[in-house]
Amino acid sequence: MTAASVLLAPALEAPEFLGAKTRNRWLSLLLRGSVPALVLVAWWYTTTHGLVSTEVLASPGQVVQAFWELVNTGQLWEFGLASFQRAGLGVAIGVSAALVLGLVSGLSRLGEELVDATVQIIRVVPFLALVPLFISWFGVDEAFKVALIAVSSASPMYAYTYLGVRSVDRKVVEAARGFGLRGWRLAVGVVVPSALPNILMALRICLGISLVGLIAAEQVGATAGIGYLVTLAQQYYRNDYMVLCIVIYALIGIGVDLVIRLVERTAMPWLRHGTATA
Amino acid sequence: MSATTVDIDRATTPTDVVVRLCGVTKSFGDKRVLDGIDLDIAPGEFVALLGPSGTGKTTLLRLLSGLQRPDAGTVLVPPVRTVVYQEPRLVQARRVLANVTIGQRGKPAREPGLAALTEVGLADKAREWPATLSGGEAQRVALARALVRQPQLLLLDEPFAALDALTRLQMQELVADLCARHRPAVLLVTHDVDEALLLADRVIVLRAGGFALDRRIDLPHPRDRDDPAVVAHRRDHLSALGVTPRHSPQEH
Ligand SMILES: Nc1ncnc2c1ncn2[C@@H]1O[C@H](COP(=O)(O)OP(=O)(O)O)[C@@H](O)[C@H]1O
Ligand SMILES: [Mg+2]
Repeated sequence: MTAASVLLAPALEAPEFLGAKTRNRWLSLLLRGSVPALVLVAWWYTTTHGLVSTEVLASPGQVVQAFWELVNTGQLWEFGLASFQRAGLGVAIGVSAALVLGLVSGLSRLGEELVDATVQIIRVVPFLALVPLFISWFGVDEAFKVALIAVSSASPMYAYTYLGVRSVDRKVVEAARGFGLRGWRLAVGVVVPSALPNILMALRICLGISLVGLIAAEQVGATAGIGYLVTLAQQYYRNDYMVLCIVIYALIGIGVDLVIRLVERTAMPWLRHGTATA
Repeated sequence: MSATTVDIDRATTPTDVVVRLCGVTKSFGDKRVLDGIDLDIAPGEFVALLGPSGTGKTTLLRLLSGLQRPDAGTVLVPPVRTVVYQEPRLVQARRVLANVTIGQRGKPAREPGLAALTEVGLADKAREWPATLSGGEAQRVALARALVRQPQLLLLDEPFAALDALTRLQMQELVADLCARHRPAVLLVTHDVDEALLLADRVIVLRAGGFALDRRIDLPHPRDRDDPAVVAHRRDHLSALGVTPRHSPQEH
């Protein structure tokens, strides 16, 4: 070793790893579950040790009991099914209409001129303000409930689709046009797949909002449904049912989240491939 | 025809051209980027368009691909023309093969698509996602996508500019090879004189809205950048570009 190299060569070291770290799946799952678990324990502890009155907050045991009551009377399935049908139909109608409108106004200038301003104005109207009007149009039956949910889920879907279509790389769209893709083939082949992250995010939000729609819709003219359950709990002042409703909504939330995650993984496989540089 | 184009041997009759530009003018604001351009390209001819950045090379190419309209003059192009841009412009949400066959209908497009991928040496990447490709590979996919429809006119807008020097050399060879085999008319936009001289049958220098030089390069392929004939051409083209080389490679 020469003197120069002693002077010049700095101590070398392995570079710090800056890439995405892969985590242990089980540890990750454990950490994810830990906060909700802590909340559950706190709930259980405070309500069973008299720190919080069960008049104010029913204990987990009472809620589970209320749950079994519903299961045994068969009402849980009846209510779940009724709400599922209403929400499913309403979201399907609202989402597909909004998807088409969002695509039309995102893809064509004429479409934007005709659709966007109008929809943006309507979008600001809180859909709950439509309840009295819809009741006078559709009565208090299924049509009213489905329509309300459809309207409630249409606006986020429209906004996200429009945004998604607008943010598709214009250079890629230009290139695709150059290779002969026009009109709906351009939409289906290039624009919609590229806007899919936005569209699925919208679907998540729509499903959440449809639960709000359900509560509003099932307050009148309903004898079944998870929104109706809220009304029931309020009428009979049953704290255990009130809390049960929240638990049910939380479970639905988890379910929706899992389903959408699964859809995202299967519908957008390209997001899991490649690196940030490419 | 304008005085700048007398340099070339016009054996082509009007029926024997795939591109005809007559008096093409294009301005942005009060800047006249193209000023009465006349240009004929023969079938199978490989034309390189040279010019410093901002002289309107891309603008000319966009006029030819229909992405822009001229302010004056006529633009005539063949029905099948494809473009390779500086960036690959692949649809990230579609697999490589689907990107190659984009805009073509159904199953029959599959085989030619695979054949084109094989030609650019990427047959094994057909089922990959674009984001997994390197820059050079992505650009080869873009080339396969342009070739698969057997264009009569292939437009290349600085397709090698974003690549590293080694990949660029490989891509240049590949393009020379594929164009020799498929014989589309090619308009290669570049700012690299050597690239133009290695690949093209004819090199045009665009400067101040018009052609400062339009010269046929009648040298056999493959060419050597140190060949005296190439060196002489290089000097002329550089001076047409307004660059006076202090010494050519020979004088080292
Ligand atoms: N859409 C446009 N609007 C305004 N100016 C433009 C537009 N496109 C190109 N230009 C101008 O025209 C000139 C030529 O551009 P371009 O054809 O891209 O040059 P090159 O490809 O030779 O580098 C530049 O000065 C550029 O600023
Ligand atoms: Mg350019």
